[in-house]
Amino acid sequence: MSRYPLSSAAARGWWHCGACGLLCRGVSEKRGAAAVCPRCGAEVRARKKRSVEYAWAFLLAAIICYLPANLLPIMETAMLSGTQNDTIMSGVVFLWQSGSWPLALVVFIASVLVPLLKILAMLLLLITVQCRSRWAPRQRTRLYRLLETIGPWSMLDIYVVALLVSLVQLQSLASIKAGPGAMAFGAVVVLTMLSAMCFDPRLIWDPIEENDDRQA
Amino acid sequence: MNPSFGQRHQTALHACHECDLLQYAPHSDVQNVACCRCGGLLHRARGYQPQTSLALVVAGLFVFTLANVFPVVGLEAGGVRTATTLLGTASQLMRQDMLPVAMLVLFTGVLLPGIELLALLYLLLPLTLGRAPRGFPKVMRLIQMVHPWGMVEVFLLGVLVSLVKLAHLAQVHPGIGLWSFFALIILLATSASRFDAALLWERYQSCRATH
Ligand SMILES: [Zn+2]
Ligand SMILES: [Zn+2]
Ligand SMILES: [Zn+2]
Repeated sequence: MSRYPLSSAAARGWWHCGACGLLCRGVSEKRGAAAVCPRCGAEVRARKKRSVEYAWAFLLAAIICYLPANLLPIMETAMLSGTQNDTIMSGVVFLWQSGSWPLALVVFIASVLVPLLKILAMLLLLITVQCRSRWAPRQRTRLYRLLETIGPWSMLDIYVVALLVSLVQLQSLASIKAGPGAMAFGAVVVLTMLSAMCFDPRLIWDPIEENDDRQA
Repeated sequence: MNPSFGQRHQTALHACHECDLLQYAPHSDVQNVACCRCGGLLHRARGYQPQTSLALVVAGLFVFTLANVFPVVGLEAGGVRTATTLLGTASQLMRQDMLPVAMLVLFTGVLLPGIELLALLYLLLPLTLGRAPRGFPKVMRLIQMVHPWGMVEVFLLGVLVSLVKLAHLAQVHPGIGLWSFFALIILLATSASRFDAALLWERYQSCRATH
């Protein structure tokens, strides 16, 4: 018995090659079965390999790194007046107070909001897929697309730290070092991106039969 | 997207890569076709010819070199000038025992965008000359894998943020590298927006068939 909805390509034995986009003949109805694409030689599957497991693993690792990323300093500034430790949030506050609030908003969105939204959205997607939920598949697909587009933008603070670190090496005035928070923050960005890449949006639609997708 | 080449105005069977709905959709040259259920991209309109892409890639490699050789920003305070390139930031992080962060900056800012451009050059140059490049499928796969990790545009935003942050501390000078990064982002975005993988596959297969 096929576990794929009747309207899906997988149920009719058509698999989409993720590498070159060719529509290939599937070899088996079993979950996890793999074929070889006749055009590009890549492995073809009906759904991405162990999508939910891999996505969970990367997501949990990202959640573990999320706390140190926000609590530990990402930048340590040594000045004549003493040392100052900056976390992600204090960097935003500094920009806000120095009057450049449009930029403060940009950094807040890229460094605070986007990573948090990515983690929450992946949690939502993974949980609804595991419950075989039929709720709002179109919106969830759109959410997944959004995740893919905003993914890299949270790298912003890493670049800012890298630039400040190498520019401000004026021993007389100040010197800046990257803090341990930067490492954790970089890990969050990479892990959430990996988690989103492993997730297969087709799983959202697998519990949905032709008849009920109009009202969804 | 479809096994039958040379019949690009007919409808053809497509499987949506985002919801897996099997559907007949026009195999159009002039417009993108979206999935009727989830709105995902089913079929891309014909993009740039290989020679157009090649021109963009060569220009891209040129400004990529400029962007990494010339300093992006300079800083002047108390008579001391410092300037840095993207590579310089990575090596400074390495000196501070921040190897993972340095690697992240090095890969997403320099290595992966560079590899993508070189791989494109490797494919497009023979194809425009009517030859099939060796290992075409593997290199296409490499480009696809590397593409999401190139973050040149995020780096540029990072430069702008740092300029504002440093403006109170010292005099900042945007360098040649910064303008080159601007140009690079425009070139990369232009070339990615109408990159036609399906067309390259067709060219590759016809080149292989005739040789
Ligand atoms: Zn393939
Ligand atoms: Zn098509
Ligand atoms: Zn679809």
